[in-house]
Amino acid sequence: MSDLNRLTIAAARDLLKKRAVTSRELTEACLAAIDGAGALNAFAHHTPDLARERAAAADARLAKGEAPAMCGIPVGIKDLFCTKGVPSQAASNILSGFRPEYESTVSQQLADAGSVMLGKLNMDEFAMGSSNETSVYGPAVNPWKVDDRKLTPGGSSGGSAAAVAADLCLGATGTDTGGSIRQPAAFTGITGIKPTYGRCSRWGIVAFASSLDQAGPMTKDVRDAAIMLTAMSGHDPKDSTSANLAVPDFEAALTGDIRGKVIGIPREYCMDGMPEEIEALWQNGAQMLRDAGATIRDISLPHTKYALPAYYVVAPAEASSNLARYDGVRYGLRAKLGPGDGVTEMYEKTRAEGFGREVQRRVMIGTYVLSAGFYDAYYNRARKVRALIKRDFEMVFADGVDAILTPATPSAAFGLGSMADADPIAMYLNDVFTVTVNLAGLPGVSVPAGLDAQGLPLGLQLIGKPWEEGDLLNHAYVLERAAGFVAKPAKWW
Amino acid sequence: MSINTETARKVAHLARIAVKEEDLRALAGELSAVLAFMEQLNEVDVTGVEPMTSVTPMRLPRRADVVTDGNIQSQILANAPDAREGFFAVPKVVE
Repeated sequence: MSDLNRLTIAAARDLLKKRAVTSRELTEACLAAIDGAGALNAFAHHTPDLARERAAAADARLAKGEAPAMCGIPVGIKDLFCTKGVPSQAASNILSGFRPEYESTVSQQLADAGSVMLGKLNMDEFAMGSSNETSVYGPAVNPWKVDDRKLTPGGSSGGSAAAVAADLCLGATGTDTGGSIRQPAAFTGITGIKPTYGRCSRWGIVAFASSLDQAGPMTKDVRDAAIMLTAMSGHDPKDSTSANLAVPDFEAALTGDIRGKVIGIPREYCMDGMPEEIEALWQNGAQMLRDAGATIRDISLPHTKYALPAYYVVAPAEASSNLARYDGVRYGLRAKLGPGDGVTEMYEKTRAEGFGREVQRRVMIGTYVLSAGFYDAYYNRARKVRALIKRDFEMVFADGVDAILTPATPSAAFGLGSMADADPIAMYLNDVFTVTVNLAGLPGVSVPAGLDAQGLPLGLQLIGKPWEEGDLLNHAYVLERAAGFVAKPAKWW
Repeated sequence: MSINTETARKVAHLARIAVKEEDLRALAGELSAVLAFMEQLNEVDVTGVEPMTSVTPMRLPRRADVVTDGNIQSQILANAPDAREGFFAVPKVVE
């Protein structure tokens, strides 16, 4: 069978169970695809030997008839996840050479479920970015292309998005602090879900902003997202914010029936200067859900406008604290010191050399808003606004809304380098539709819903109630089937 | 609020990031632009609102105060840029 790397997780799983293909064959197909896709710069670290070892183990399990959900499925892991003995450097120079002595809970769960890790995926440094351009490895490249320009796959999970869209793996892990799963998923025509805060353990994932970070799957369709999310989820005593709740079979929730459900359309998400295509896509999406028997209701989330500024206080504040651990002592880089340099010079030179520009900027912003005299004016105020943003959602859900439909991004993928001279705020605006969800801790999913006039994918976002990822994915499944998005990027790499 | 070079220098030092003297001006400008963006938050009436402390309404779990791991010195030191005789090594701290 050819093109095994193009299979969905669900299709591969069924073939593996029938013994019609082996994990070895699937894995070799993906490794060959990765070897031929250097131009996409999606994989930063390759682990073919480990992959072959895990594929052999998966085939042995399958032969014995014990096949957990992800058994034998080749996946990519974002570089933010610590993987034992394998470089895990969050796309930062400051973690160069770091090989963890331990495995993150999520990647361990995926391994226990039989999946095969192909390597580590490119991303923005410490997950801070929306275009993958802050990566120490250089940017991952979007497999979608409409002219001579190389386009961004989005960020921060840009390598994950590029790898899944280009069929280099069957699925990939991402993480999402302000939109880092959903925005790249939308830019590359794939599905990505950020689950409820606390659904997936954060243990072993390099921390950016601990009250916002969540891991989630990035896959070729909604069913695959449900399968992979089930394997990634669950209570972990090693993460004090991990929810002690049973994990439902999310795939079983995909009934395709949303009759009688109420879909909210938040009027504040209609932004000035929003491209007509995005507006039209949004209206089409609402019509598709209406045609499926749902009721469409106009709703208001009045504090939406303040989500981005609140986020850009809270996230850098938490980052400045989390990134204090990179001091040149315990792991990673230590700068070359001059004669007479003491501990302070070691810290300052190491962090100046090790952190890229955007990371330095955010660490300093965070330091400033937490410093004496500004804590109340910035940090506490932002946390109060965050409480109001969360309350907006709670009131809408209490009013009977089952899911909220919004655009995923304010534009399609843009050219790499095209934002080089823009101020940082222009880049931050990429997260305008996604960031509210992180502040409120809610689940959100991006589903590919169409192409723009240039022929680039556009996504719609559905936002659900806490812990109702199954119901949310079912809405996404209905939208996916109605939109019928099947386009794939033409291979140029 | 606008940040001057003096404040930028202070913030860089608090963050333990070396910034060249000639780069402080540009840094001050960048930080000021981001802070100006945050000023929008002053439009919101937050009277009587408690700052959000936990994302989901759950009690922080507790466990018995006992040692649950240890004896992994070599693993702890495995990634250190400079480890000697079972310790992390750093430049001289005390004269």
